[in-house]
Amino acid sequence: MTLPLFSTTDDPGPDFAGLIRRLQVPLPPAMTGGTAPAGPSGGAGEFRHGTTVVALRFAEGIVMAGDRRATEGHAIAHRAMEKVFPADRYSAVAIAGAAGPAVEMVRLFQTQLEHYEKVEGVVLSLEGKANQLGQMVRENLPMAMQGLAVVPLFAGFDLARGTGRIFTYDVTGGHYEETEHNATGSGGRDARTTIKLGYRVGMSRDDAVELAIEALYEAADEDSATGGPDLIRGIYPLVATVTAEGFSAVPEDEVAERFAALIERRRSEGRQP
Amino acid sequence: MTMPYYVAPEQVMKDRAEYAQKGIARGRSLIASTYDGGIAIVADNPSRSLHKISEIYDRIAFAGVGKYNEFDQLRVSGIRHADTKGYAYSREDVDARSLANLYAQYLGQVFTHEMKPLEVEILVAELGTGMHAPQLYHIAYEGTITDEDRYAVLGGETETIAERLEASWTEGWSLPEALRAAVAALAGPDRTLSGGDLEVAVLAQGNGRRAFRRLVDEELSGLLA
Repeated sequence: MTLPLFSTTDDPGPDFAGLIRRLQVPLPPAMTGGTAPAGPSGGAGEFRHGTTVVALRFAEGIVMAGDRRATEGHAIAHRAMEKVFPADRYSAVAIAGAAGPAVEMVRLFQTQLEHYEKVEGVVLSLEGKANQLGQMVRENLPMAMQGLAVVPLFAGFDLARGTGRIFTYDVTGGHYEETEHNATGSGGRDARTTIKLGYRVGMSRDDAVELAIEALYEAADEDSATGGPDLIRGIYPLVATVTAEGFSAVPEDEVAERFAALIERRRSEGRQP
Repeated sequence: MTMPYYVAPEQVMKDRAEYAQKGIARGRSLIASTYDGGIAIVADNPSRSLHKISEIYDRIAFAGVGKYNEFDQLRVSGIRHADTKGYAYSREDVDARSLANLYAQYLGQVFTHEMKPLEVEILVAELGTGMHAPQLYHIAYEGTITDEDRYAVLGGETETIAERLEASWTEGWSLPEALRAAVAALAGPDRTLSGGDLEVAVLAQGNGRRAFRRLVDEELSGLLA
């Protein structure tokens, strides 16, 4: 490797994706305008698809949670996939859609945010981060047209405004700010309904974590591509919060206890678990 | 036809070295010192926004003295190199030694082949791990690279500053001790430097993945008091 130096009139600036394009480091095909291989039906083949992710606001910030299952057609491809990631200190990103491009997009996004921060000496605004992710989703559009869509959910704590904010995306890279909550992925509809019923403005961190867990539980109950709590293997959905103190993963023990309590509570109330 | 004057290569090199040394000596100096929890870098720099010290990667920091635009260009290319390498391979594969070598090669090439040498001296610092001791790579304007495992002094008057620091040096000292000694060594007997005149940053163990952190305002004055 050589030292990446550019003339002042030809400098890529703080844009990491632009930099690696210039240095010809192999990028995922989406970022270079490539297309996906066709599957047996002429469209996309049986690729891994990620599934239900939710985000909701509470008094001090946001909660984000996602199940752990990846599927290939009707088969389970992976049982412990991670779909919730820290994007940087004050934001989190969750992914739904084709697993390969989605995970790669997150990796590029994380590097991009840190690269900007180091080169410029200041952190991007939350809105700036959301726009950056939008551009990456837009560049993935040719792949999305062939069935490899990536639909992320982005949320973080806006230090300038002192509040948690949530952004949802569509496959074209369009992004929309949510006032209170949203869920995406194949089980997103069921999760949204649960959150809508239980949501209160300005709820506490514990209530918000509880509601996110319940939403994932309901989604897993209705959607075959969403994994519920795996009590046998001890695999539980990932839950994280972002507040003024930054990104923090909810400990797995706490998530496990909350799921156990949820099932127990429903049994004792005489409801179907 | 006129013939160009003959100038002996020795003379060319001597002139260039003198030119670069003069440029560097005009600026203010900088000290990097190891302490029990990592590496502290202290620069005599009253500016709050034009930094001499910055983060390159998880466990690597950069510091430069001399001409700002020249070392800043080197800083950015270091970040680009590290981020690209970490993205293409893995975060663990990014190390200070290879970056310091690239810097040394580039500075050496500019010194011998270009009209004007770069008027900079730079430092690449890497936090130690369980297996490796902390490393301070000191790279001079002509590409000479030296590695230190205790402290490094960059800029003008390095010898007198290093003497002052050597006199108070204690193996495994704490952060406040290291900072106070570094500030006293930079200031010398005739000046006093307070928090506002300094740019201070650490690469600290236990800071999480990104070990680099700037020390400013109350935190810095507290440590210097």
